[in-house]
Amino acid sequence: MSVTAFVTAALAAVAIVASRGLRQRAQAVVLPVATGVLLLALWHLWAESTRYEIATPGEPVRTVEIFPTPHRTLVALRELMSDGRLVRYSIASLFRVAVGFLLAAAIGIPLGLWAGWSTRASYSINPFVQALRPISPLAWIPIATLAFGIRDEAAIFIIFLGSFFPIVTGTMSAVRSMPVAYVRSAHNFGLRKFELLAHVVFPAALPQIITSLRIALGVAWLVIVAAEMNAIQSGLGFLIVDARNMGMRYDLVVAAMLVIGAIGIGLDFLVRRLERIDSVRWGFTKE
Amino acid sequence: MSAPHAIERELKVEVRGLSKRFRRGNEELLVLDGLDLEIARGEFVCILGPSGCGKSTLLNVLGGFEEADAGSIRIDGEQVTRPDPRRIFVFQDYGIFPWATVRENIALGLLRRPAREREEIVARYVELIGLQGFEDSYPGELSGGMKQRVAVARALAVSPEIVFMDEPLGALDSLTRLAMRRELLRIWQRERMTIALVTHDVDESLQLADRVVVMTSRPGRIAGIVPIDLPHPRDPSASAYNAKKRELFGLLGVRADV
Repeated sequence: MSVTAFVTAALAAVAIVASRGLRQRAQAVVLPVATGVLLLALWHLWAESTRYEIATPGEPVRTVEIFPTPHRTLVALRELMSDGRLVRYSIASLFRVAVGFLLAAAIGIPLGLWAGWSTRASYSINPFVQALRPISPLAWIPIATLAFGIRDEAAIFIIFLGSFFPIVTGTMSAVRSMPVAYVRSAHNFGLRKFELLAHVVFPAALPQIITSLRIALGVAWLVIVAAEMNAIQSGLGFLIVDARNMGMRYDLVVAAMLVIGAIGIGLDFLVRRLERIDSVRWGFTKE
Repeated sequence: MSAPHAIERELKVEVRGLSKRFRRGNEELLVLDGLDLEIARGEFVCILGPSGCGKSTLLNVLGGFEEADAGSIRIDGEQVTRPDPRRIFVFQDYGIFPWATVRENIALGLLRRPAREREEIVARYVELIGLQGFEDSYPGELSGGMKQRVAVARALAVSPEIVFMDEPLGALDSLTRLAMRRELLRIWQRERMTIALVTHDVDESLQLADRVVVMTSRPGRIAGIVPIDLPHPRDPSASAYNAKKRELFGLLGVRADV
């Protein structure tokens, strides 16, 4: 087993070095694949090195791995798929993230537009946003549990906090950094308050708002594990804690981690699609 | 053909004793120092001066975007206090909105008109600037000259009495700039609005203006006003043209030969 892993790792390393001679398009394929294979092989070797044997008199010798190998992780992933936990827990986590994130956007975007536009609103809101922002959402977990109990609402609250601040501050700075000429043109053509907001301020800020949504969703997904670890009886974060507590199933822990990573990539991909909308593309291309 | 001004010129813009200061730290900078200026209805005036002479500030005050510290500006006898759709400002860049199509940009000042009327006006000005087929394009997909034409069309779509232009052709390459000057003259001769255009380009002012207002810097004062009574199109190699050119360079205090 180890020999195969060793040889694989060496081959992958050779491929990485040798890819120097390839064209860029070939490198784009070879390099990530070879690096991935190398990492898997190293993972396997390392996991094997933590293996030890337990010999109990009268019983066959048992082999125990502290860290699961890639193969064991794959088996665990299959187990999660077949007993339905993978889908059920993913949906539970995604639901909490969706609610918390959308709530944060629904409150954060209007608040950010207002605070970015009006000096008075900025004086009232900004100090508190800035003071609360550096507090990790995780610090709120005890308060959230106290306020909402061991329920979805507690996790949703934590996720809301995690995504709210990037959205408010991102929207606010988007409005503030808007070129003067945009607003002057709007005033010049006699646009009234609501028209100004709908036709100028909001569309001008939108690319930066989308960027802040992307950051916020990333944070929300980071926070979900901690938000669910604490108490709730479902979700991918719960799975991680549960798998450890209920029998040291580190293979399930790592499998859950991989699922969290994959869904994170998927979410980011979805938000990035917003950047391609016709009326915001200008904010993402350099002229 | 240039508009040979009617015997009785109708006063459109009247600037009296206009002064403007900027505070930078505890330093006070006098940017405009007691300017007097009159612009007639339908006149094409160029305000010519070196960078930092306060010509853009003058235009911003005329447009109602900035307040004067002293003096008065009257348009049709009425004190200017704020921007107004009867007087449209064309910015060098950032004027048109990158998130809106050509059609939506031109319709900016027409939001409260009925949809059909709005469409008609937009179509008319798209044709005037020769951008048929680009109605649904975004500014990012257009060349610099095309963008500037959209800015002009957007301004004209609300039938303004005055158009203020702050170095509108400054960002264009020199060949496009020539074409755009011709374009601007053609549109002005058709629409007959009053134009005040700020530039630091002597030839630009000579080819466009009925009168050139020459400014000097720090503090910004009017060095002289030169009427350009040459017929359009104006040939830069003609001797009359060159006589005017020397006069402008003289007022600017700059040598034309290198």
